[in-house]
Amino acid sequence: MNKLVKREELGALAVTLQAEAAKGAGVARIFVGMSTCGIASGAEPVYAAIAAALAEHKVQNVELVKAGCVGLCYVEPTVDIQLPGKPVVTLGNVTPERGRQLVTEMIGNGQFESPFSVNDAAFKKQVRIALRHCGRLDPERIADYVREGGYQSLAKALFELKPEDVIKTIKDAGLRGRGGGGFLTGLKWELARNAKAAPKYIVCNADEGDPGAFMDRSVLEGDPHCVLEAMALAGYAVGARYGFIYCRAEYPLAVKRLEIAIGQARELGLLGENILGSGFSFDMQIKLGAGAFVCGEETALIHSIEGKRGEPTVKPPFPAESGLWGKSTTVNNVETLACVVPILEKGSAWFRSIGTEKSPGTKVFALAGDIKNVGLVEVPMGMTIHEVLEEIGGGSRDGKPIKAVQTGGPSGGCIPQSKFDTPIEYESLTALGSIMGSGGLIVMGSNTSMVNIAHFYLEFTCDESCGKCTPCRIGNRRLFEILDRIVKGQGKMEDLLKLEELGAVIKDTALCGLGQTSPNPVLSTLRWFRSEYEDAIKRGQKPVTYSILAEKCVGCRACVKACPVPCIDGTAKKPHVIRQEECIHCGACFAKCKFAAIVKE
Amino acid sequence: MAEACLPPPAADTAAFYRELDAYIAHFAAELRTRTVLIPVLQKAQELFGYLPQEVQRHVAGALGLTPGEVGGVVTFYHYFSTQPRGRHTVNICLGTACYVRGAKKVLEALRQELNIELGGTTADLRFSLCSQRCFGACGLAPVVMIDKDVHSRVSPKKLAGILEKYT
Repeated sequence: MNKLVKREELGALAVTLQAEAAKGAGVARIFVGMSTCGIASGAEPVYAAIAAALAEHKVQNVELVKAGCVGLCYVEPTVDIQLPGKPVVTLGNVTPERGRQLVTEMIGNGQFESPFSVNDAAFKKQVRIALRHCGRLDPERIADYVREGGYQSLAKALFELKPEDVIKTIKDAGLRGRGGGGFLTGLKWELARNAKAAPKYIVCNADEGDPGAFMDRSVLEGDPHCVLEAMALAGYAVGARYGFIYCRAEYPLAVKRLEIAIGQARELGLLGENILGSGFSFDMQIKLGAGAFVCGEETALIHSIEGKRGEPTVKPPFPAESGLWGKSTTVNNVETLACVVPILEKGSAWFRSIGTEKSPGTKVFALAGDIKNVGLVEVPMGMTIHEVLEEIGGGSRDGKPIKAVQTGGPSGGCIPQSKFDTPIEYESLTALGSIMGSGGLIVMGSNTSMVNIAHFYLEFTCDESCGKCTPCRIGNRRLFEILDRIVKGQGKMEDLLKLEELGAVIKDTALCGLGQTSPNPVLSTLRWFRSEYEDAIKRGQKPVTYSILAEKCVGCRACVKACPVPCIDGTAKKPHVIRQEECIHCGACFAKCKFAAIVKE
Repeated sequence: MAEACLPPPAADTAAFYRELDAYIAHFAAELRTRTVLIPVLQKAQELFGYLPQEVQRHVAGALGLTPGEVGGVVTFYHYFSTQPRGRHTVNICLGTACYVRGAKKVLEALRQELNIELGGTTADLRFSLCSQRCFGACGLAPVVMIDKDVHSRVSPKKLAGILEKYT
C-alpha cells in the first residue's frame, strides 16, 4: 500500500479492500483469539494446527485471522468461524486437535460439533462500541481497520468539520471519562482548546493499574488503530500536534501491537505531516510506565512522562491548562478514546440513545473472581448489577449466592447482594459508597471474608501510596494497622469508629484521586458488612467464656460483688447465672469464687 | 539474601556500558535530559539486570542530572531494582482476582519451593521472586508470570513442574 496523500485515496483504498472482501463472498473467516490471555491459554498451537490443516486439505477461500480477544476468558482459547452468509459461530476451549477437526467439519457439511452457546445470553445483552472490532479483525494489519471504515472519521473531521464541531459532537454525546472519573470528555477538550499555551499535547492513559481490570489491554491488543485515530481526532479538536501513549510495561503484547499500528499508520500517511493533504499534522510515541499505580492519576502520569517521580500535584491548575512541561495537555483513557470514533461516525444522538440520561453509552466491565463466565463484557449503562452478574456472568462458580461485588479497584467499594438491583451509572455507584472506576467487577463468593478484602486493598494502597501527602502516606498506614489488628484477632470494638473517622479524614484531605478514594474499600465494607468486622473482633477476643456450674454454686454472692459490669444474676444461696451477652470476660468472678463453681472455656 | 550475590563479571559490564551509551546517543541531543531518564534506566536494567549505584551515576552523568535525582526515580518505581536479580524473574500476581482465587497459597508454595522471600533472589541467581498487581489476565487466575511467559491457573502442585523448565 502506498502512502495516502489525499482524502479520496483513503476512500478509494477502503472501497478496494471492501470489494476484495466482497468478491470473496464465498470466503470463510476463522478468527483465533490471540490476546495475552488467549496466547497464555494456548492459542498459538491452535492457530498453527488450523493453518496446517487448511494447507493439508488445500482449502481455498478461507481467511485465517490472528484476532484480538472477544472477551470470553473462561473458555479460551476461542475460535470464531464465519461461514459465508451465516452468523458467526464461537467455539471455546479449542485444542490443536479440535482445531484440525474444525477444518474437517467446515469443509464437510459446515456443521460444527459442540459450538459454544454464547450467542444467546452472554452476547445478546451486550452492546459493543469500544470493543466493536475486538476479535473481528487482525490488529497487526491496518488494512483490516481501513476496510471496516477506519480513519474515515478522521478524514471527515479534517475536511468537513471545524475543531469546534468535533468538540460539540463529543460534548453532545455526553461521553464521560471511562477511566473512573466520569468527567465529560467534550468539556475536557473544550478547556484544552481554549487554553492559550502552545504546543499542546494529547495523552492516552493506558496505565491500567486497577487489579482486575483489563479492558484497556483488550482494546490495545485487539483494535489499536481505533485509539490512534481518536488521538489524532482529539489533537485536531484541541489544536495539538503530538501525543503520548502512556502504557504499562506489564503489557508487552499491547506495546508491541501499538508499535506496529503506529508504524503502519505513519507508512500510510495517517499519522505524520500533513495528513491526507489536509494541512493537519499529528504524530505520537509510546511511553512505558515503570510500575507505579499512582501513575494512573493524570498529574502523576504527566510527571512520569517528564521523567520524574510519578507524584501527583494539586488540581487546579488542570492539565488542560498546565500539563506536560507546563503546556496544555488532554489526558483521556483508552476506553474513552475507543468510543470517540463510533460517536463521530454515528452521531451524538445515536450515542445518547444508549445508556442513561446522565451516563450515556456503554461501559466495558471485566468480570473476575468468583464468577462462572470470567471475561470482558460491554453493556449499556443503566443495566443492573444483577443482570450483569447473573444473566451475563452466569452467577457464582459454586452456584451459591454471590455475597458482594467489588467495583472500582482499590478506589472503589464492595456492594452487597441486597443492592444488586441498582442500575450501573456513575452517580448510583457513588451513592453506594463505591465508584464506577475503570470497570473491574470482582465477584466475592459466599466464603469471602470482607474484612480480609478490605485488609488486602489497604495493603495495596500502602504499597502504592507515593508518599507525597501525609493523609495518604500515614493515614492509610494507620488504617492498615487497625485492620491488621482486627484480622489477627487483636481488634477492639472502638477500632471500628476509628476506622470510620480516619477514613473520612483521609477522603477529605488527601491530595489526589488515589488518596481521596483509598478508604473506600474499608468504609464500604464497614457500611454493608459491619457484622463481619464485629464477628472478627469478637472471635479474636476469643471470649474466654465464664459460666457458673449450678451444682457447685452456693450463692455466696462473692462473684456478684466482684463483677464490674455487673452481669451476674441470682438470689443469695441459690445458683447464680452470668448474662453472657453483657459479660466482658474479665475473669474477676473466676478469681473470687472459692467453690470452683465458675468454669473458664 | 540478595546482598550476597555477585555483580556481573567486569568483562560484561564494559560491553553493557558501551551499549547503554549507544542507546543514550540515539536520542536527539536536546532530548538527552530528564525526559528520557525512565527509558534509559529501563534499558540499563535490561542490560545489567539491576541498577547498582555505579550505573545510576553513569546515567546521571550522561543526562546532566545529579545522582540523587536519578536515585529518586529509581526508588520510586517498582520496576527498578537496586539489587542483582536472578536469571529468571518469577512474578506472582497478587491482584484481587488472583487473590480471591488463591494466590496466597501459590505464593506460600513458591516461598518454600525457592526458599526465598518476596523480593529475594536465590543464591544460585537462578530465580528472583517478585509480586505484581494484576497482569490483566484475570480470566486465568491465579497467574504466575515467569520472564515473559504467563502461566495460568497455577496451583501449588503445578509449581515444581513449571519451575524446572527455567534453568
